[in-house]
Amino acid sequence: MLKFIAGRLVQSVFVMLFVGAIAFTLFQFVGDPINSMVAEDATMAEREALRERLGLNDPIVVQFARFAGNMATGDFGFSYQHKRPVSDLIVERLPATLELAGLSVVLALLIGIPMGVYTGLHRYGVISKVFMTLSLIGVSLPTFLIGILFIYLFSVILGWLPSFGRGDTVQLGWWSTGLLTASGWSAIILPAVTLGLFQMTLVMRLVRAEMMEVLRTDYIKFARARGLSNRAVHFGHALKNTMVPVITITGLQIGSLIAFAIITETVFQWPGMGRLFLQAIRQVDIPIMSAYLVMIGFFFVVINLIVDILYYVVDPRLRIDRAKGAN
Amino acid sequence: MANSELTAKTATPLARMADAFRRGLDSDVFHSFKHSPVTIVATVVTLVMIGASVFANLVAPHNPFDMATIDMLDSELPPVWEEMGMSKYLLGTDNLGRDVFSTILYGSRVSLFVGFTSVVLSMVIGIALGLIAGYKGGLIDAFIMRVAEIQLSFPTILVALLINGVMRGVLPPSQHADLAILVLVLSIGLSNWVQFARTVRASTLVERNKEYVLAARLIGVKPFFIMVRHVLPNVMGPILVIATLGLASAVLTEATLSFLGVGVPPTEPSLGTLINVGSDYLFSGSWWITIFPGAALAVLVLAVNLVGDWLRDALNPKLR
Repeated sequence: MLKFIAGRLVQSVFVMLFVGAIAFTLFQFVGDPINSMVAEDATMAEREALRERLGLNDPIVVQFARFAGNMATGDFGFSYQHKRPVSDLIVERLPATLELAGLSVVLALLIGIPMGVYTGLHRYGVISKVFMTLSLIGVSLPTFLIGILFIYLFSVILGWLPSFGRGDTVQLGWWSTGLLTASGWSAIILPAVTLGLFQMTLVMRLVRAEMMEVLRTDYIKFARARGLSNRAVHFGHALKNTMVPVITITGLQIGSLIAFAIITETVFQWPGMGRLFLQAIRQVDIPIMSAYLVMIGFFFVVINLIVDILYYVVDPRLRIDRAKGAN
Repeated sequence: MANSELTAKTATPLARMADAFRRGLDSDVFHSFKHSPVTIVATVVTLVMIGASVFANLVAPHNPFDMATIDMLDSELPPVWEEMGMSKYLLGTDNLGRDVFSTILYGSRVSLFVGFTSVVLSMVIGIALGLIAGYKGGLIDAFIMRVAEIQLSFPTILVALLINGVMRGVLPPSQHADLAILVLVLSIGLSNWVQFARTVRASTLVERNKEYVLAARLIGVKPFFIMVRHVLPNVMGPILVIATLGLASAVLTEATLSFLGVGVPPTEPSLGTLINVGSDYLFSGSWWITIFPGAALAVLVLAVNLVGDWLRDALNPKLR
């Protein structure tokens, strides 16, 4: 067990070093940073002094170590475009993205699980067929197109919900939340549904498949033979056993959710991390790009690590499989 | 059977091709094709859309990039069946007075071009790295596959965005518009090689230890030749499946990047660019500028995906 976790930890460190190396390399592409920092008429000696002071003459390994140290302590440098520390920009934008991603996960679970249970129990029902077809269409439509369709339907034609922005926000310490105002809630609904739609279909299909599998097992037959009500069998025994893979997959999807937030945030002009990153790409703002890369990498690594360990703890069968696979 | 082998050896190339065609019609794959109406429809839709976009300059009723034929007074006209529609603009016109149907045809051409070339790029990179990793083994294999794993744990769209951003950083801003398509092909192509590499590697590992490869090695065939001539033909089936599904996802990635404004420039619009530009006019009620390109994109991606799904099942001997 300890060996397994240690192995995963080493691998995570390796991944972070790799991601960090890419982020570091980004800076090497944009030419000499000295040119943008000194006056036009600076002498060679002045340039050389600044170069020495910034440590640009050090071996590349030393520079990378310093870069990694800065990143680890949350010092991401200055944005070229905004002329402000990148960490400040991230702190401003992060709550918006996390609230959006969090709500879409909650929606995906709250709607996806009941739909999955229903389609799993009534496999040939008309409503099940409708759900399955809708989910197929939902998967083949790109996220941004779904967002546009939602805006057209709910903002332009019906005029129910706003199509852009976060509404009014309330400041809680450094965290700005839109979940305490009515306008904030009405603004988050469309983007959260758009972002969560794919996960919702995923959860639905997963629960459906797992339910169908579990309902065939002996202990379900036995539970029925004992005369338990349908309700107790379906929800007490069957659904409980489908939850492990659902939680795992949902956990693993949180990373992609944050990545797909780039698209959703663009469609709904949501002031989050994704839009910050996208603007950085358009303007070639390297410090923001590399900071985002490192942060996303960190999210992915941490989530994967937690899920891996949880899986290992929860499902004893996996330990045997892993051991076999390794040989 | 013996008869057809005989003719294949002696007949002219044309007769040989006809023979191969006849055998093709008789095969399992074609049989499963005939009995899947959804696949037939999807294939027809895919071929029609590819054909219409390749020959866009012949099929399209207007040339949307010929300034002389565009009338600004005709801008934002609705489709024919709406009240204000004009019969010469089937699906209406956009904000610049261009025929929406024609811009969709030209736009799919850009989308499909980027899709095809980037799939070919991923295929070449993936096959090469997969063969090397599987055949050489050891440290090279471990390194290639670790990199593949790391890349696979990030969504394609994020990888493509990053590569795109890096290349914009490397290139001088004045050339961004000119090289946009190249940048796009590189970023999508480089973000999709992993699946090819993993499949090819897995098959190579199996083939490597077979006797015929050993025999080839013994008579002194060079490793490169063994890989390309003996191992590669055995993995063509799965590669074809991944390539088809990859085309759908490449077209989707291209549309997403163009929608996000880091893809092709508006002067040479793809479907994604058209949707992006059109979405600004939703609020003035001109829904057709963005909905029709969106529908074209969705139908294209769905059709290609259905063909790919069918191909995967048809080429899988376990499912027969």
